[in-house]
Amino acid sequence: MDESNASAPKIKIHNLCFYYGNYQALKPMDFEIPENRVTAFIGPSGCGKSTLLRTFNRMYELYPNQRATGEILMDGQNVLNPRQDLNMLRAKVGMVFQKPTPFPMSIFDNIAFGIKLYESLSRRELEERVEWALRKAALWDEVKDKLNQSGTSLSGGQQQRLCIARAIAVKPEVLLLDEPASALDPISTARIEELIHELKEDYTIAIVTHNMQQAARVSDYTAYIYLGELIEFGRTDEIFIKPKRKETEDYITGRFG
Amino acid sequence: MNEHTSKQFDADMEAIRTAVLNMGGLVEQQLLRAINALKSGDDEAAHDVLADEGRINSMQVEIDQLCSQIISKRQPAAIDLRMIMTFIKTVTDLERIGDEAKKIAAKAQQVRAGVTAGQLHELTWVSETARQMVQKALDALARLDLKAAAEVLREDEKVDTEFVSIVRQMASYMMEDPRTISACIEIVLIAKAIERIGDHAKNICEYVVHVVKGRDVRHASLAEIQQEISKG
Repeated sequence: MDESNASAPKIKIHNLCFYYGNYQALKPMDFEIPENRVTAFIGPSGCGKSTLLRTFNRMYELYPNQRATGEILMDGQNVLNPRQDLNMLRAKVGMVFQKPTPFPMSIFDNIAFGIKLYESLSRRELEERVEWALRKAALWDEVKDKLNQSGTSLSGGQQQRLCIARAIAVKPEVLLLDEPASALDPISTARIEELIHELKEDYTIAIVTHNMQQAARVSDYTAYIYLGELIEFGRTDEIFIKPKRKETEDYITGRFG
Repeated sequence: MNEHTSKQFDADMEAIRTAVLNMGGLVEQQLLRAINALKSGDDEAAHDVLADEGRINSMQVEIDQLCSQIISKRQPAAIDLRMIMTFIKTVTDLERIGDEAKKIAAKAQQVRAGVTAGQLHELTWVSETARQMVQKALDALARLDLKAAAEVLREDEKVDTEFVSIVRQMASYMMEDPRTISACIEIVLIAKAIERIGDHAKNICEYVVHVVKGRDVRHASLAEIQQEISKG
């Protein structure tokens, strides 16, 4: 896609492994996620793609007995370092989940809540930031007259864009999207995909999706993961026309199992 | 190649493949009839070529439709996508080979009246070479056989050289004796049709290389293509 201006790596993954207790869910991985590009992770259920995504902001630490080894260098700093401030990390690396997860509060507060945790803004600055985030998430026009209504009153597609707005409101550098459109209808899905396309101007995006065509449409780079192993990583255009590995070709053409 | 998880996808692909090869078979038969008309003045053969042209045209339309349907239903990727692109392009080449066969058949009688035995022999020889190229190109497609594809690419150079030599020869006849002009022009037109048939066979083989290797070799030199083929 954008080969002419090849991008610098934003995240360098080196010898990354992941364990659920004694079970090794990710085998040693080495690859780089380019800055201001969309990188898609594809693979069958249980292959480890969501696990991988969750290492980037150490989301797994919410659960006991889960641990990652190796290095995830973001701008040269290892995010797996025990001294890494988790709140700062998660402000830098935003995440959106499969099912929309609006907080049970107003649309405005859904966005303002996260901002207030990290910054002390004046009322006016806060309002401006909320509007900015909602505009970025292509939701402003639909909600500007009902900012005091509950976030849960919105449609599924709107709720998901609200979650994206919430994630970008704290001005992260990286956005992790875990199946962001799998619970949405085709029009909402198209909106989210369009949004991903616009957001990559400002953010580095990593997306997990089961929808192969979605990966082909939205991403610049694709990683195929199987049984916790990175089988192939490359430019999306190449992966979907002529992948290097036969395992990848079998998976993306539906010749699997 | 493993089977698709969706058996219907396999069945749909196989149906298109069979249709393309059937169309290829009919085109090859048309070509054989045209050559017979040229060789022996077989009037019936020339007539059959014209009669079957409509069938070829409708097969092309039908296959294009099947390809559109499978694209819209399955969003094929990687080798499936390359294969379907190849089917779509191959039927266009096959249809044009059919057109060229028709031209040869239509002019056969007229040409036979105005050529020497030697010229006729030369024309039928080169048209036979082109027919074998078409046959081999279809085999290469059916079996995704790069070796066969490479042979066709090499033979196309022979047909091209032969075409140039026929044109040169005709030009000298025409200069020597202007009364031969109209017969010579017919011969040149037939030679041109044969040369085009060789090009279409070559195109099909280039698509086969793309299916197997994933590299588009349409505008590459023969040496480059052979190098690509020999790469593991």
